Amino acid sequence: MKFAYYPGCSADSSGVEYGMSMVRTAEILGIELFELDDWNCCGATSAHSTDKMLSLALPARNLAIAEKQGMDMLAPCAACYSRHRNVEYVIEHDPDMKHRIEEIIDKKLEGSTQTVSILDVLANKIGPATIASKVTQPLTGMKAACYYGCLLVRPVEYTGYDDPEDPQTMDEVMKALGADVLDWSHKVECCGAAMVTSRPDVGNRMLYHVLQGAKESGAECIVTACPLCMLNLDMRQAAVEKEYHTKFNLPIYYVTELLAFACGDAPETVGINKHFVDAIPYLNEVKKRAAEAEAQARAQQDKKETVTEDPELLQKKINSMIKAFEKGPDKMAGRLLDDESRASVLAEIISNDEKKRNKLAELMVSDKDKAVKVADAFVTGELKKRNE
Amino acid sequence: MSGKKGAKTVETAVKLTPITESQKEFISRIEKEAGTSIHLCYQCGKCTAGCPAAFAMDYPPRKIIRLLQLGMVDTAINAESIWLCASCETCTARCPKGVNIASLMDAMRRAALKQGKITDKKIAAFNKGFLSGVKNFGRTYEAGLTLQYNLSTGQLFKDMALGLPMMNRGKVSIFPERIKGRDEVKKIFEKVQQLGGEE
Repeated sequence: MKFAYYPGCSADSSGVEYGMSMVRTAEILGIELFELDDWNCCGATSAHSTDKMLSLALPARNLAIAEKQGMDMLAPCAACYSRHRNVEYVIEHDPDMKHRIEEIIDKKLEGSTQTVSILDVLANKIGPATIASKVTQPLTGMKAACYYGCLLVRPVEYTGYDDPEDPQTMDEVMKALGADVLDWSHKVECCGAAMVTSRPDVGNRMLYHVLQGAKESGAECIVTACPLCMLNLDMRQAAVEKEYHTKFNLPIYYVTELLAFACGDAPETVGINKHFVDAIPYLNEVKKRAAEAEAQARAQQDKKETVTEDPELLQKKINSMIKAFEKGPDKMAGRLLDDESRASVLAEIISNDEKKRNKLAELMVSDKDKAVKVADAFVTGELKKRNE
Repeated sequence: MSGKKGAKTVETAVKLTPITESQKEFISRIEKEAGTSIHLCYQCGKCTAGCPAAFAMDYPPRKIIRLLQLGMVDTAINAESIWLCASCETCTARCPKGVNIASLMDAMRRAALKQGKITDKKIAAFNKGFLSGVKNFGRTYEAGLTLQYNLSTGQLFKDMALGLPMMNRGKVSIFPERIKGRDEVKKIFEKVQQLGGEE
C-alpha cells in the first residue's frame, strides 16, 4: 500500500509524536509513505473563516501535486484531512468553481486521487485482523475512550461515515490492539479547537466537558487521531483542572502511538514521553494487567487440558494410583498429611476402607489439594467415631 | 402570563420593517456562498441544542437564522456568536431540514470581516496571524504565530508558562519551515485578494 504523505504543519512541532508514531505505524504495517513534494499549509479554520477562495486554493495546490505523484494522499491531521476532502468535493460537484480554483493555483486538477484519513486506512484498508496479527504487547485491561471529535467524522459527505453520532473505526482498531473500549457521551463532540487558545473562557469549558465525559464513563485514558485535540486535552488539561477545581489525570494517546507500542515499540520511540500528562505510568499498568490476564488464561488452559484428558488414559492413571495406595498405605498417607499421628490414622483408613482408598486415589490424580482436604476430613471423622 | 408582563413583551418586541433591497441582496449572497437556504429552517432548535459553544453565544445558530429570515442583517452580522462558532459541523450534521448551518456561520464571519465588523477581535487576530505565516513561509509557524498573536492582542505573557516545557519536549521549531514554492503560495494569496477577498 502506497500513499503520498501529508504530515501537516504540526507534525514537526506541537504534534511531533503524531509524526513519529505515524511513520512507525506505516513501517509496522508495511505502508509506504512518500512525503508530498513541497507541500503547503491547508489554511485550516483560519482560511475558511477569512476567504472562501483562499480556503479552496491552498489545499488545491497540494492535491495537484498528489495527482502528479499519482497516489492517494494520507493526511493524519483531522483539519488537514477535512480541508482537502472539502476541495475534492467541490472539484467533483462544482465544475465552475473547479475552473476558478485552477486559475488561481495555475495548475490543472483531474480529481484522480483522494485524501484519506488514518482511521480509514487502519480500519478499512488494513483491517483489524491484520493489525491484531502484529500485536506483541496487547493492551489488555486498558480502558479507553475513543475520541473522534469533529472533522474526522463530519461532514459525512467528506468522510463517508454511516453513523456520525457513533463512529466505530477507532474502536475497532483499539479492540484489535486488545483494549477495552467504552461507550461514552462526548465521542464526537468538539474539544474547543483553536478557541482554547484564542478564547479560553469558552474553549476551556468545552474541553472540561469532554474530559469529564470520559472520566464519568470509567475511561482511564483518551485516544485521539487529531493533533489539535491532543494539544488541548493534554497540554491544557492542567489549566482546566485548576479552573474547575478537579483532577482528571487522564493520559491522552494518539491511536498511532498505541499501535506502535502494542506492536513492540518502546514508548520513547514514538514520543509518548513528550506528553504533558505523564502517559508512561498507565502503559506500565496496562502491561502489568496484560501479564496477569495472560497468566490467568494460561492457568485456565492447563486446567482445561487435565479435564479434557483422554478418559482411558485417566483411568489408567487412577488404577496405578490405587495400586500405590494398596501397596504403601503409610507412604501415601505421609504424602497427604504432615502430622504423623494423623497420617498413621489415615494409613489405617487406606488399608481398611476400599471406597475411601479409591476416592483418595482418584483425587490424587485430578486435584491434589482436594485430596489433602478430603484425607484430613476422613481422619477427623474417624477420630470422632473412635471417641464416641 | 399576566397582563402586565404581556404588555411589557409587546413594548420590547422587535419592530419589523419591510426588508430593504440591500438586505435582500446580502442575504441571497450569503446563501449562495454558503450553498444553503435559510428558508428551509422551521426553527426547531436542534442546531442550538447540540451546539457545544451555544452557552457562550448571544445569538445561537437558530437565532442567527431567524434574524436573517426577518431581514435583521445588522444584528446578525454584529453577533459575537458568529465568531464563537468552532466549525465543528454538529448543527449541519443534525439539521432535519438539511440546512448547512456551519457553512452559513462561516459565510457570515467572512462577510463581517469584509465589512470590518469584527465583534471578536481576538479570534480575528489569531486567524490573521495564522495566515500571515502561511503567506510568508508556505507553512504555519507555530512559535511565530503565538508571539504575533500575543503582541497583537496585548497579552504579552499568555501561555508563557507553557513555552519552556514545549521547547524541552522538542515541540517548538525555533525557525519557520520555508517551502520552495513560497512564491506560488504568495501568488495564491495575491490572486485571491484581487478577486475581492481579504487576507
